Amino acid sequence: MTKEIVKERLIGQFGEQLTEWSEPFALLTFRAPAELNLKVMQFLFDDEGLAFRFLTDLTAVHYPDRKGEELCVVYHLHSLTNNIRLRLKVYVPIEKPDVFTAEKLFSGANWMERETYDFYGVNFVGHPNLTRILNVDEMDYFPMRKEYELEDPTRIDKDDEMFGR
Amino acid sequence: MSDIQPHQQQHIKLAEESLQKQSTTLNLGPTHPATHGVFQNIMEIDGEIVLETVPTIGYIHRAFEKIAERRPYYQITTLTDRLNYCSSPINNMGWHMTVEKLLGIKTPKRVDYLRVIVMELARIADHLVCNSVIAVDTGALTGFTYVFQWRELIYEIYEEVCGSRLTTNMGRVGGFERNFSTVAFQKIHKFLDTFPKVMKEFEGLLDRNRIFMERCIGAGPISAERALNYSFTGPNLRATGVDYDVRVAEPYSSYEDFDFKIPVGTAGDVYDRYLVRNGEIWESYSIVKQALEKIEQMDKEFPEGKEVFYAKEADHFHLPAKEDVYTKMEALIYHFKIIMGEINAPAGEVYHAVEGGNGELGYYLISDGGRTPYRLHFRRPCFIYYQAYPEMVKNGLLSDAVIALSSLNVIAGELDA
Repeated sequence: MTKEIVKERLIGQFGEQLTEWSEPFALLTFRAPAELNLKVMQFLFDDEGLAFRFLTDLTAVHYPDRKGEELCVVYHLHSLTNNIRLRLKVYVPIEKPDVFTAEKLFSGANWMERETYDFYGVNFVGHPNLTRILNVDEMDYFPMRKEYELEDPTRIDKDDEMFGR
Repeated sequence: MSDIQPHQQQHIKLAEESLQKQSTTLNLGPTHPATHGVFQNIMEIDGEIVLETVPTIGYIHRAFEKIAERRPYYQITTLTDRLNYCSSPINNMGWHMTVEKLLGIKTPKRVDYLRVIVMELARIADHLVCNSVIAVDTGALTGFTYVFQWRELIYEIYEEVCGSRLTTNMGRVGGFERNFSTVAFQKIHKFLDTFPKVMKEFEGLLDRNRIFMERCIGAGPISAERALNYSFTGPNLRATGVDYDVRVAEPYSSYEDFDFKIPVGTAGDVYDRYLVRNGEIWESYSIVKQALEKIEQMDKEFPEGKEVFYAKEADHFHLPAKEDVYTKMEALIYHFKIIMGEINAPAGEVYHAVEGGNGELGYYLISDGGRTPYRLHFRRPCFIYYQAYPEMVKNGLLSDAVIALSSLNVIAGELDA
């Protein structure tokens, strides 16, 4: 089993719907439509040969400049039997960030999705307990989004002209 | 007698279900002597049997991922220190290797071996804390006092290498800030010479101790299948019988040059986790020994290589020697540039994982070509496996729940980022 075969099998199953294939630093990466995320993972999970049955990591990235697809949810899957890693990305608009939950497939996704919701506001449809996990419950914004500067932008006591920040 | 008014408090109306309820609600934590760190578990207990557990986390959340988006690459090392503070050198090295991967820097063998030495020493220190504290929670304080002196020796080695003990900020992108001194090598030798004796004593005290075994066997178990589904990694996964180790699956820092075994358990209970960690301590000990031998042989064969402690290509991330900064113009400029973080990294997307004290510690780094990461995500093994805790302690004794927590080695810093 190699990365090429994994790619072939995925294209054989989903065809043109999977796009943006690349291999940054030898890690197979591709994009799926948001509504297909669970189907792709289920296929990778169920297939005896592929056996991507380990969810290494789940997180999100905010790209404010990509209009209509501002939030990117990133899954890192690992096939332990073949020792191949894979990165799956789905993009969702920030006004309606709905993604199907992977909690039924991987119990470990429960908290990872709560964390992603906590910081980016991604709404995992079907999650049994989608509440804040690290931040306080009263918080009414999603702090990791790029519109929230780390430092108060209204500060005037720091002159950063010289170093451009 | 009928005109006596009932006491005012007797008018308090309790919710109907709380009057009917046959179980007790117990608040274990956030600050409780039986939980080492700031964790809260709201437990529903029936006598001593745990029926349900709801963990609350985030008490020491420090927004590292957000802070990292404003910091130049070399300043993020101090954030990684504070993840798993029982083995911070592993976190530091993992971060440096992630940046090196992004920059395309290949480190010399000598640097790799030096890194392996500190990483394995850190693993020993991490496991010593965990295992001796399991014993403390079962009521055996003695083992703890034996091994902590040797943890102290490891901290003295850190101190000799980088100047600090707990939050080490050790190394730089491309290697180390300075070469290992003769004293550092002496201290490593001293540790290697004396450690087996105390470790054997520690094992002799607990491994076949009837009381300890009765307490640990069968407490907080998890099956291999469930552990994989919960994305367990590290000693906790290996205790269930799965031999996944990042050092073998994807060797970094020349781990392929070393000869070592991966200890695995069968039942995935507290006792297996304890044994797996003890086994790993011995393997780490042997790796340190091998690495030291390799370095000493290298230094003998190529005496000019003795001064190699960082990759030449990473020069622009490496602070020049202090005496040069004070006397040479160019060194001063470089020092200033590095301190102000004016170095851009190429755009790219990297995932790099190392085998941390608790499992696969991953760094997911996205760079847009600037001086800081665009996005940095830490895959923190503690955070991921702690969510299995309610399932592991369900229908067990409360005292089992306490040792299950310490045997998972949940570190609050890594849990909450």
